[in-house]
Amino acid sequence: MSSIVEVTHLRKLFPVKKGGLFDRQEKFVHAIDDVSFTVERGEVLAVVGESGCGKSTLALTLMGLERPTSGVIQINGQNIATLKGKEIQVVRRHVQMIFQDPYESLNPIMTIADIVAEPLKVHGLVKNKQERQERVIRALEDAGLKPALNFMHRLPQELSGGQRQRVVIAGALVLEPELLIADEPVSMLDVSIRAEILNLLLELRQMRGISIVMITHDLGTVGYVADRIAVMYLGRLVEIGPALQVLQQPHHPYTRALLSVVPVPNPRQRRERVILQGETPNPINLPPGCRFHPRCPVAQPRCQETDPMLQPVAAAHEAACLLLSSG
Amino acid sequence: MSVTDLSTDFLLESAPPAHALVNVSFTLREGEVLGLVGESGCGKTTLMLSLMRLLPANGRITSGTVNFMGQDLLDLGENAMADMRWKHIAMIFQGAMNALNPVQRVGDQIAEAIVQHNYIQEKGVVDGRVAELLDLVGIGPERRRQYPHQYSGGMRQRAMIAMALACNPQIIIADEPTTALDVMVQAQILELLDTLRQRLGLSILFVTHDLGVVAEMCDTVLVMYGGVTVEYASVDTIYNDPQHPYTRELLRAFPDLSRPTEKLASIPGHPPRLNALPPGCRFAPRCPAVFDRCHTEQPALHQVKLGHWASCHLVERM
Amino acid sequence: MSPSPPPIRSFWRTFRRNRMGMVGAVMLILAVLIAVFAPALAPYNPYQPTRVTIDDIYAPPSPAHPFGTDDAGKDVLSSFIYGARVSLIVGFFASFISVVIGGVIGISAGFYGGKLENGLMRFTDIMLVIPDFPLIVLLVALTKPSLLNIIVVIGLLGWTSSARLVRSQTLSVKQRKFVLRARAIGAGNFHIIRRHIFPLVLPLIVVNTVLVISLAVLNESALSFLGLSDPTKISWGQMLNFAFTRGAMSAGAWWALVAPGLGIVWLVLGCTLLGQGLEQVLNPRLETHHLSVGSKMVARMMGMKEKPSEVKAVSGD
Repeated sequence: MSSIVEVTHLRKLFPVKKGGLFDRQEKFVHAIDDVSFTVERGEVLAVVGESGCGKSTLALTLMGLERPTSGVIQINGQNIATLKGKEIQVVRRHVQMIFQDPYESLNPIMTIADIVAEPLKVHGLVKNKQERQERVIRALEDAGLKPALNFMHRLPQELSGGQRQRVVIAGALVLEPELLIADEPVSMLDVSIRAEILNLLLELRQMRGISIVMITHDLGTVGYVADRIAVMYLGRLVEIGPALQVLQQPHHPYTRALLSVVPVPNPRQRRERVILQGETPNPINLPPGCRFHPRCPVAQPRCQETDPMLQPVAAAHEAACLLLSSG
Repeated sequence: MSVTDLSTDFLLESAPPAHALVNVSFTLREGEVLGLVGESGCGKTTLMLSLMRLLPANGRITSGTVNFMGQDLLDLGENAMADMRWKHIAMIFQGAMNALNPVQRVGDQIAEAIVQHNYIQEKGVVDGRVAELLDLVGIGPERRRQYPHQYSGGMRQRAMIAMALACNPQIIIADEPTTALDVMVQAQILELLDTLRQRLGLSILFVTHDLGVVAEMCDTVLVMYGGVTVEYASVDTIYNDPQHPYTRELLRAFPDLSRPTEKLASIPGHPPRLNALPPGCRFAPRCPAVFDRCHTEQPALHQVKLGHWASCHLVERM
Repeated sequence: MSPSPPPIRSFWRTFRRNRMGMVGAVMLILAVLIAVFAPALAPYNPYQPTRVTIDDIYAPPSPAHPFGTDDAGKDVLSSFIYGARVSLIVGFFASFISVVIGGVIGISAGFYGGKLENGLMRFTDIMLVIPDFPLIVLLVALTKPSLLNIIVVIGLLGWTSSARLVRSQTLSVKQRKFVLRARAIGAGNFHIIRRHIFPLVLPLIVVNTVLVISLAVLNESALSFLGLSDPTKISWGQMLNFAFTRGAMSAGAWWALVAPGLGIVWLVLGCTLLGQGLEQVLNPRLETHHLSVGSKMVARMMGMKEKPSEVKAVSGD
């Protein structure tokens, strides 16, 4: 069976204008720099990283909302960059997105029914009102808003954050997508309902075989939902592998540091924390060599010269660090 | 600071007043970090604003005392209270961007905080104090002339902390200080707060919903739900011997990296709205261990053992 | 589909409590009623020729003529009542033209951005710096000063402020996440403008229309006062013009000036009050949702006086 998403050597640069009136230099933000990965059918891949690492740009590029500078994104075997008009609409129908902020991602003056029906209208998928009504009800109930009739005529502000996120999910489900891109789906929600939404996503994966790319900065929750984890730093993948392996035996020093600072809800388990000082450098002037070396606790002189590539460290587990090759 | 039986009502139009806060008591000792935990809408903000007496116009403190430096803050005149704020009790806010004035240099804002409260007046001394504060929070002196938008999120939060420390307060109220930040920056800020606590002997009231942060930062924890104290104990007791079902459920819902294979639990339903509180225990509609009495009678805060309080009928029975 | 009723009902509930807005609305409605029922209300028909004696010219207020008579011996009250028609017709239609043009330009510029926005906004700026009124006078003088021409000229020149306002509102709505969500669904630009941008810009357009009406009324009055009115239609500006040029001042006939003057003030004040009232009710920025700890709280906390000119944060990008 082929993968649903295949990304090869993806690169996305944003031009920034710097300098005065006369000596204008074109500089670029390297939002995504040579990233390759695949997503299998029915798989949950978590893309983890700090803000500014390029993970949100990755989500928008996968959605076809940003055009890649170079590289190929194949969805269902079709390169979305070369598609036009109708064809891209068809591919897009199979890829839907869930946003971070359920308070902002719903139009405040549309009823829930209108919001969930909107994708159907846009794609002209239903012939009559009754069919539309049925599909909206089914999507709402699949997203856990039961009974749907209680919600359909309400406005977003009458619902709680968790319910709104379910509406967003219903709006995606109504198109029966094969791939969901979830951009921080629970980070704005209360702890007590995060699990509900995550479990709902897992359920959808199980029932409908939907693949999910989950973009998040919260390493604490990814272990519960993801099959594989990809860690990004400054537009690069630095480590990718099976979730448990990455969490329990991280190979890249960045992954290790990140994991060590995730607070553990148990005062008896104090660990050695590796707090990286400073902040992620800006992605305009990238450091030479390994881009993590200025903050890396184990950096060596050669890290300033050679840019490491992803290399296997265990079964299906790769990391990009020079120290790994020397043993 | 010791707070006893603090209650706050919100006056509503065309409805009886909502009891937003009912008989909350706690003590904050010198150098102690007290974690205030709960979902949004559980009364954390109301408690904070009541302590500072900054409630909105329809809020009324109906009972209780807030003892601090030998006086009851609730008895102070408005001027004396204004003097108390920032000089003795300072605050750090969640979104540092909103809390800083975008058109004023960061150094000037810190200086303003110092001068405003007559902490120091002479120009030269103020400058020295600003430099000292920035150094304390780890901001290089060259950055004092920059504007907030030139700062990253973590730097802004550091600047906020420097402002809070301007007048050498004894207490800092930190309202979700790391919520919007990345884990690494969060770790930096938490480390900074911890060092400052040790160096300056600060007491911190740490308001958050992140149980992981509480476990790492706090000495004691106050869990709130629907405006009521649910459980109040040392951090070790809360995490390893929780008595109230709400505390237990909250812990089960929080992801723990050290046990990544367990299924994450959720608490169905949502916190009660203040204008529609259940008649009995406020957690009853969502409680997994609920029984008849919970629906009719509000449980009182009951001492489980020394320094461990919980308000649940089940605890009383034991 | 129609928006669901609750927002409208809740709007009415808030608006009813806005005293300023209600006063403005009542003033405006009263003016409209007077204009509509002019034939029934006016004691005489000012368009009908009357036989005049010397005593009828600038006769002071009397039971037969409550507002006195004018230079031609006509009843001022009747002219005043009929004059409301012209002011309101010009006000409504000219502002409609302005707001439609301003709305289209503002939404297109804000939504599409780039070169189109640059072009449209530079054009708007040019129109903005040209002094409106002299140009209106010029254009009306060059064309025949008929009611239609006056409406079109005032309408065509009054859209700049609407365009700027609508553009900035469009820009802020465009940033909101539900627009991104609509894109992710696969919606096209037209759909997004129709379903997501326009309905959220509409309240602003409504407020703006009311304010533009008062501007149009003023412009029309000024034109008529300069004698550039449709000679066949009685308007308040024209009444002022006649009174002014035909010796009402020297005759001490203050009533011939006061009545139309107050009429203009009444309309402009009504529109302004209603517009401001609507703005307070509709502007989402003035709404407060729940307890939030923002910059104001910090200022209070620090014991500083709140700064009135709170500049919106320039987010670092």
